[in-house]
Amino acid sequence: MAVNVLRVNDDQCRIVVDGEMTIYTAMELKASLLFPLAQYKELEIDLAGVSEIDTSGLQLLLLTKTEAIADGKIIRITAHSPAVLELMNLCDLESFFGDPVVISSQA
Amino acid sequence: MNLDDALQTFIVESRELLESMESALLRIEQTPDDVELINAIFRTAHTIKGSAGLFGLDYIVSFTHVAESVLDRVRTGELKIESELVALLLSTGDHISALVDHTVAGGDLSAELDEESQTLIGFLGAYLTESTGGATPHAAAKAAVVTGAVTVSSQTVHPYTTEGGGEVETDLWHLSLRFGRDVLKDGMDPLSFIRYLGTLGTIHRIVTLLDGIPAVAEMDPESCYLGFEISFKSNADKATIESVFDFVRENSNIRILPPNSKISEYLQLIADLPEEDLRIGEILLRCGTLTQTELDAVLKFQLSDGNSPVRPIGEVLVEAQMVQPTVVEAALKKQKQVKDNKTTEANLIRVDADKLDELINLVGELIIAGAGASLIAQRAGISELLEVNATVSRLVEEVRDSALKLRMVQIGGTFSRFQRVVRDVSKELGKDIRLVISGEETELDKTVVEKIGDPLTHLVRNSMDHGIEPADVRLARGKPAHGTLKLNAYHDAGSIMIEVSDDGGGLNKDKILAKAIERGLVKADQVLTDNEIYNLIFEAGFSTADAVSNLSGRGVGMDVVRRNIQALRGTVDIHSEPGQGTTMRIRLPLTLAIIDGFLVGVDSASYVIPLDMVVECIELTQQDREAAQENDRNYLNLRGEVLPYLRLRDLFETEGRAPRRENVVVVQYAGHKAGLVVDNLMGEFQTVIKPLGKMFSQVKGVGGFTILGSGEVALIMDVPRLMQQASGNEQAVLAA
Repeated sequence: MAVNVLRVNDDQCRIVVDGEMTIYTAMELKASLLFPLAQYKELEIDLAGVSEIDTSGLQLLLLTKTEAIADGKIIRITAHSPAVLELMNLCDLESFFGDPVVISSQA
Repeated sequence: MNLDDALQTFIVESRELLESMESALLRIEQTPDDVELINAIFRTAHTIKGSAGLFGLDYIVSFTHVAESVLDRVRTGELKIESELVALLLSTGDHISALVDHTVAGGDLSAELDEESQTLIGFLGAYLTESTGGATPHAAAKAAVVTGAVTVSSQTVHPYTTEGGGEVETDLWHLSLRFGRDVLKDGMDPLSFIRYLGTLGTIHRIVTLLDGIPAVAEMDPESCYLGFEISFKSNADKATIESVFDFVRENSNIRILPPNSKISEYLQLIADLPEEDLRIGEILLRCGTLTQTELDAVLKFQLSDGNSPVRPIGEVLVEAQMVQPTVVEAALKKQKQVKDNKTTEANLIRVDADKLDELINLVGELIIAGAGASLIAQRAGISELLEVNATVSRLVEEVRDSALKLRMVQIGGTFSRFQRVVRDVSKELGKDIRLVISGEETELDKTVVEKIGDPLTHLVRNSMDHGIEPADVRLARGKPAHGTLKLNAYHDAGSIMIEVSDDGGGLNKDKILAKAIERGLVKADQVLTDNEIYNLIFEAGFSTADAVSNLSGRGVGMDVVRRNIQALRGTVDIHSEPGQGTTMRIRLPLTLAIIDGFLVGVDSASYVIPLDMVVECIELTQQDREAAQENDRNYLNLRGEVLPYLRLRDLFETEGRAPRRENVVVVQYAGHKAGLVVDNLMGEFQTVIKPLGKMFSQVKGVGGFTILGSGEVALIMDVPRLMQQASGNEQAVLAA
């Protein structure tokens, strides 16, 4: 897994996650997601490169989101990989995240 | 991808399950009405499907699902067990095991395997469509699931009443899942359970609960905090739905409410869940499990029912007699099953075979060290020390026996594999052959069991192909049309005997002899006993079959059988009655590592004779010694019997003169007796067999060596070889 935090300006950043968001990477992922959250006010998360996501990955996304809401910050997931989409669909969480998702024709 | 431990377990378990499924399938042909067997077969398919689902092995799930559907129809009595169906199910089992093997290899499913899946699904589908008409296999599979499922209570749904005994109108299951903290660490992903649930029906609504996630600082990313409330549409029964969560049940809070459950059950659910009651109510509403009016009524009922929430609800439940009998039954059955599994699991542990070998090795060293201690104790002549040493020796002996027992496995597992072989081969040959197994509880060393499979297969195939006659010939000879093949095992004097017998035509002596003469194996004027003639079939390149079938008859096989068995320090011999059948008897040593030996001495050298072959010891009389010197005679009169003997002194060309008194150790093997002449007898001795180096592998008459307590080396006699030599010499002398 690789997480890149790209600084847009003092308030904004873009986080790009590549690879798997699973129990194996959970420790690392928690720091990678929550550290920027403390620094910036607006976060864009790009999940287009996520190959695999399990409960632990989902939990961390949810934690980041709830944390952001509590602090009055903004989190946007700007791109979803098929694995992420499938999971959000399974757990019926699209509306919770409130981000526009591309719905494939099969769905 | 690395196979993690859980997957490894899945693979091992699947293989075991498939093996037991196979044996159940083979048995069910004989007893088609055995409900227990049918259930066992069904459970196998079901369990494999379930576990495969956990690992996301979709190709196994989809294939096994169809098989399960067919089995379900068998279970409900819609399909009758008949041999065609059994054959199909057997190949289905084979295919599942091929798919499991594929899992080991990893990667994408090969085209052939996929094609095979489709073909078998097609065949299986035929059993599903019989009643539904020309539906596609897939649709038919679904139909079967529906018919096989427990019919959901069709009683009219009562409008909700405030007494607490009414039913909710929904026809959806409701599942409350609160996974244990450690499920992720245990290698399980809660979401995969939900995905798998999706294969049993449709998830109507799902609400993911974040309430359990703690504050950032306390949140451990490797723990699971999520909960799910699911409304679920399915025709599966409660046990099936429950079984989805078998792997996480222990530490998780899983609640499943069947459709049309009583209001009181929802009350209980609401009370039991960790979240606030009101919030749960909302969730149930969101799930579509309860309607708004029902929810209002539930909450009102709860409020009106008293101030202490715990007791009243319990009472309400009892009053309302809420649970459906089917649910209770399923739960009890499930509980019993789980309990049974637990007890057997607790009694067995898996141990790496290498660790066992290491233990046996150590025990071997212990025995050698113990022998050294005894020797010194004897020399020192301290009686207390001798006494203590005797106790230690006894304990070491017991340790040795139990260590060896650890390696002992019952031969039944090997035997039962032949059910399948016999079945397949008899189909191929067009003969009706039944296999009768006895002595399957006979135990022998694991390494021996592993190596005996191949030779046994050869013998079994040979008997079926050449031994048992076609049905018309059998009827003409006044025998039953179906042939019988027997596999039997028993212990006999430190050896294990394995018998393969058939009730066929027996061996044709004349034909074997003619062939042997033709091949130049024996001379035309040679006189051979029946046994010697029969044993000729073990010579390399020997086959009397007129027709070479693709099973046997190519002349390879029997000599391989003999060589394999000899490699295990065993022998094989044949008893045959013309027209009555043939019995092949394999004699194998119980274990390969440690034996009780009888220590003898010639001059300063020591030799060990396996104790279980020693019958008695006698003195070589002056008369016999003289006769030997004069006539070059090497036999003596043992109570009226001729006993050929061998002088170890001569055999090993020991220098020096024989002492005034010599002793004869009478040994017995495979029904023959012979004598070994030695200088002195030194008594019993526990021996760890150490193999001889490659250089000495050609030395005849020596099976290995061992180290004595004094540090000296003693050779272990290979009695069967020596006896061949003793009787061979004597015959040569007599013939001359």
